[in-house]
Amino acid sequence: MIEALPWYVTRAAGMVSLVLLTAVVCLGLLTAARWQRPGWPRFLTAEVHRSIALLSVVFLVVHVVVAVVDPYTALGWASALVPFSSPYRQVWLGLGGVSMYLVAAMIVTSLLRGRIGRRTWRAIHLTAYASWPLAVVHGLGTGTDSAAAWSWVVNAACAMAVGGALVLRLRAHQEERAAVETALPMTSGSGFR
Amino acid sequence: MRAHLGRDLSLAVDRIACDGSGLCAELLPELIELDDWGYPMLTGGPVPDDLMTLARRAVDRCPVLALRLVARQPAARASRPVALPEFVRR
Amino acid sequence: MIGAQSLPPSHGRTQPQQQSTARLLAGPPLADGTESHAAHVARLGPLPGRIDPGALVAEIERSGLLGRGGAAFPAGTKWRAVAGRASGGAVVVANGAEGEPRSHKDRALMAARPHLVIDGGLLAARAVGAGELVLYVGSDHHAAIASMRRALAERRGDALPIRLMEAPARYVAGESSAVVHFLNEGDARPTAVPPRPYVRGVGGRATLVQNVESLAHAALIGRFGAEWYRSAGRDSTPGTALVTVQGADGMAKVAELEYGTTLRELAASLGHDARDHRAVLLGGYFGGWATVDAVVDVPLDPARLTERGLAFGCGLVALLPAGTCGVQATAGVLRYMAGESARQCGPCVFGLGAISAAADRLAERRHAPDDLENLGRWANQVQGRGGCHHPDGAAGLLVSALEVFHAEFRLHQATRRCSADGTIGLAAAASGPGDLAIGRAA
Repeated sequence: MIEALPWYVTRAAGMVSLVLLTAVVCLGLLTAARWQRPGWPRFLTAEVHRSIALLSVVFLVVHVVVAVVDPYTALGWASALVPFSSPYRQVWLGLGGVSMYLVAAMIVTSLLRGRIGRRTWRAIHLTAYASWPLAVVHGLGTGTDSAAAWSWVVNAACAMAVGGALVLRLRAHQEERAAVETALPMTSGSGFR
Repeated sequence: MRAHLGRDLSLAVDRIACDGSGLCAELLPELIELDDWGYPMLTGGPVPDDLMTLARRAVDRCPVLALRLVARQPAARASRPVALPEFVRR
Repeated sequence: MIGAQSLPPSHGRTQPQQQSTARLLAGPPLADGTESHAAHVARLGPLPGRIDPGALVAEIERSGLLGRGGAAFPAGTKWRAVAGRASGGAVVVANGAEGEPRSHKDRALMAARPHLVIDGGLLAARAVGAGELVLYVGSDHHAAIASMRRALAERRGDALPIRLMEAPARYVAGESSAVVHFLNEGDARPTAVPPRPYVRGVGGRATLVQNVESLAHAALIGRFGAEWYRSAGRDSTPGTALVTVQGADGMAKVAELEYGTTLRELAASLGHDARDHRAVLLGGYFGGWATVDAVVDVPLDPARLTERGLAFGCGLVALLPAGTCGVQATAGVLRYMAGESARQCGPCVFGLGAISAAADRLAERRHAPDDLENLGRWANQVQGRGGCHHPDGAAGLLVSALEVFHAEFRLHQATRRCSADGTIGLAAAASGPGDLAIGRAA
């Protein structure tokens, strides 16, 4: 049974990574939506988003490293670090690799935000919209127990959380646009181009 | 922006990038207030030493990177409070 | 003052002229249309050939020429700044956007004297080491565009590539960072971030953005010298300037005055009695209101006006007829200014929006009890907090209105009555730039 331990660790770390990534994505959307409540100021959402993102790196590293060193899997470092190069579940694993690199890029650029300028930072950060679904699909595709009920529950809960946060984000965006529209009188003029 | 020893740093806002998230005023109420619509009003002047850490955090946490620390005081542009006729003020 | 046919002294002679006030407008009357290149050269002589760039900059500095775009910034200082950074070729932009709706002088100048403007642009290019001249003309100034295009076609042998670009017809399109933004990216909205155009502008090169009237004066200074330029001017600022005068009849006339001329003299020369009007808008929407009594004998000179908290600005002199409600007129201007926001900055969008709405409510006497007080607070809140100076202009105009029309504001606020009761309806108060019809430039 001990031979299966690495598999459990990888699987668990992967699931936790997904949950944490989901939380990060939701908090990121809530930050952009300027969500706040009495006693929960906006900067707190941003801070927790940041903290959980950094925490999720730990679990992501455990997930990848244990999967590679597990003697039972045929994965070498190349399979983990070069997406789509694995002989085992090539596509599903590869998607995970892509997601991992996107997350790494987001974290690194966020830590170096002051130096790289807003446009670059934002362009990379927008890939969050890709990295999260890739992580979900990776989990569903590579997990041998994806058919299990608990796996469905967790994935469904994550999807609903992100869906809900997306709705909030879109609504906030629309409200902002409407506020700008109504703030100013109509102009008869042409555009600025 | 790295601190230059002995040079005073002040806060400055890129007004076009700023979208009124208001995190800066939450983090640094001593130096930043929000106007009626949620946009920052800077009290101006160099950042006191005891608030520098918070100021750096506010700069880092601005969602749109609009807040900056600059070595030179931004040019005061018609920023003197306008003298309003007496009858306007209650 | 207008239409004087005197010619400036030819190069070298510096005799003071009796009627030295017609310089840009010397020659055929404005109503005659565009002056051809042949006539231009016949009247003024050719553009000077080999002039040392450094000497040219020094001459402009010595002349004391101030920018005519509204800021009255010394042109020589600008030219020197650009010349000092022009390694690799600078760019000169002749700014004829004239986004200020009631100002007509730039479009009239371009329509009637395009070669003066182009000559000035070429001289500036030589002085600052520019490899390109751009004529930036507001797209709604059709006569000016046609005239400048024809003028370009007439010219042969200019050393420099010259192109004409039509600027979007928006108020802020003439702001220098907006000019550069449009020429670089097709977007005529101001930018907030450094560097300034004179450091890095069009195509990343040092750029001189100069008002077309300023360049026209420079074209004459290049021919006749700084001393000649300084021979006009009755007060501290030398030279002459174009102004747009609007009287009770609503017609706009473009005239040229000697700096230091008083409002009384200017109005009289155009057939108005200044005292028929209670208030005057000086310098454009970026300027402010003043009571005629207070300024009728003040020299119209940037230095003198600034001392009194007023502005020469773009040379707009719009007289408000007696019997017109100043609150309604102000609400109309503020509504226009709010509408012309580039919508890039919160304080401008929401601040000017709130200011305009409150001013409208006060004008129509359906205001909330705290509207007047809020107007004052918001005027302070938007000052200096936009990415460009647009909110400052609106706030400054509002404050000047609160001072000049204080009685009218009080009347509206407290009694919900208007001294001009019934004569100006809702429609006029809501109609953009003004309740006064703009006629053709004389």
